[in-house]
Amino acid sequence: MSKSSQRNAYGEELLAICRENNDVVVLDADLCGGTQAIQVEKGKPESFYEMGIGEQNMISVAAGLALAGKIPVANSFAVFVGGRSFEQIRQSVCLPELNVKVVGASCGLSDFADGATHQAFEDVAIMRVLPHMTIFSPADAREARKAIRTAVGRRGPCYIRINRNELPDVTAPDTPLEIGKPSLMADGGDVAICASGHMVALSLAARDILAGQGVRARVLNFATIKPLDPAAVRAALGPCPRILTVEEHSVIGGLGAAVLEALADHPLPLRRHGIRDTYGESAEKYERILAKHGLTAERIAEEALAK
Amino acid sequence: MDKATAEKLRQKAKRIRTGIIEALGLGKPGHLGGSMSAADMVAVLYYYKMNVDPKNPKKPDRDRFIMSKGHSVLGQYAALADLGYYPWEELSRTKTLGGLLQGHPEISTPGIEANTGSLGQGLSLGVGMCLAARRDGAAWRVFVVTGDAELGEGQIWEAATAAANYKLDNLRVLVDANGISAMGRVADRYNVGDADGIAAKFAAFGWNAKVVDGHDVEEIGDALDAADRVKGKPSAIVGRTVKGKGVSFAENTHAYHNKDMSEETRAKALAEING
Repeated sequence: MSKSSQRNAYGEELLAICRENNDVVVLDADLCGGTQAIQVEKGKPESFYEMGIGEQNMISVAAGLALAGKIPVANSFAVFVGGRSFEQIRQSVCLPELNVKVVGASCGLSDFADGATHQAFEDVAIMRVLPHMTIFSPADAREARKAIRTAVGRRGPCYIRINRNELPDVTAPDTPLEIGKPSLMADGGDVAICASGHMVALSLAARDILAGQGVRARVLNFATIKPLDPAAVRAALGPCPRILTVEEHSVIGGLGAAVLEALADHPLPLRRHGIRDTYGESAEKYERILAKHGLTAERIAEEALAK
Repeated sequence: MDKATAEKLRQKAKRIRTGIIEALGLGKPGHLGGSMSAADMVAVLYYYKMNVDPKNPKKPDRDRFIMSKGHSVLGQYAALADLGYYPWEELSRTKTLGGLLQGHPEISTPGIEANTGSLGQGLSLGVGMCLAARRDGAAWRVFVVTGDAELGEGQIWEAATAAANYKLDNLRVLVDANGISAMGRVADRYNVGDADGIAAKFAAFGWNAKVVDGHDVEEIGDALDAADRVKGKPSAIVGRTVKGKGVSFAENTHAYHNKDMSEETRAKALAEING
């Protein structure tokens, strides 16, 4: 399967959006190479604001821009922009329901080399608890383009997780990105694997392993984690009698928790697979640290069958 | 500033202080001290300096006011009511369930430009607005009122750096340097500097900075006029003020930072303000 850089695609699309709409402005906190907001700095510098190493100020400045009619897109690493600026996102952005887009780059384990300080497994949990927030977690490069475009077109606060690495191209041009609804990536009736981000690709690979064992797994892509429409989630599960959620995030408060909550009134056996209430560490390859946390196709296939 | 204007502003400051007492009401805690210390600056901004239109609260070229020390919004509420953004009677319903006037400012209230209340964020909001105004080639300005103890928030200095970096000469901060925080005297408990020290900090960050008597409407107005002539840098006007100014028993103490009023203290306060 071909691979593409999710962050490069995000940066390209962001620049295209800025070229179409002069009211879209881009802020970054001295990491625009990592976030790829640099593509706007180079391609349309008048729409780019360097905010220095000051994420809290960056978020409130974005709120001020939104109050004056602009559509700001504030970028940094997920671990910083979600964590350090949480209260600014709460007070300055979400409470007044301002039209600010926050982009958390290097999400999950994707900054594998830099270690625990740069790996964000908590961002979905803390963004999810904020009223008015919409959360995107695109599966690949193509879906990252759809995510930023959909977010800019949706009035109100949005948070987008972006992976640092080249990821398998799993979505098609016509794969829908509907807020609140998962999309069906592969059909099956024995177990439903609910995934988001890069875990969609791994879950599709796990489905092939399971097929070899005579198990038909359905794979659902949650490109948005909040809001979630419970009826749409239930419908997307089809006839599957059991569910596995897979996320490159803590199992506390992330996609697994969101699906559990969505199905709370109609429970099905559900296992959550993700990062187990711990921090990361440095690794020489993305795949090695993913494997350490059990985020492989083989392990996902095992989890799908586990009782 | 001519004498007639100055006298009008002094009368408006009395009206604002009266409105603060109205908003405090009886039997519910409220922020008297910081609202009173900022009242003269609020009067000069709304009745002298700012281009605003109560009949058209959202007119695009209006100047923006941000009460970064959101707990001191009572004086702003009073000014907005006096100007006609909503009825004066609304003040007495401040901080009641379903009321228009929240304990800290929210943009759902006519005339309020930003949600504040978590200290230290208002100056950054102002920086964002100023960047937007410049982007639009618009001439409107942003006036942010902060406290002195609020300057303990690191984000203020992130914003100060950003404002100087972007040479935001459409941004003004007015510091209500009353020297007393929620828990006591700033100089004794956690010293962020006196008015001169605060002005020196802003100057060191690349701002035009000036210390004024924060209760002298002419000095405040003149400093704001002078700031309009400063190009290429933001301006800080540090007002030396008295917490609780105008109400003798609440002056220079943190006791009335957030306290309820009795029939007796209310009557005494109103008599002193309008005496």
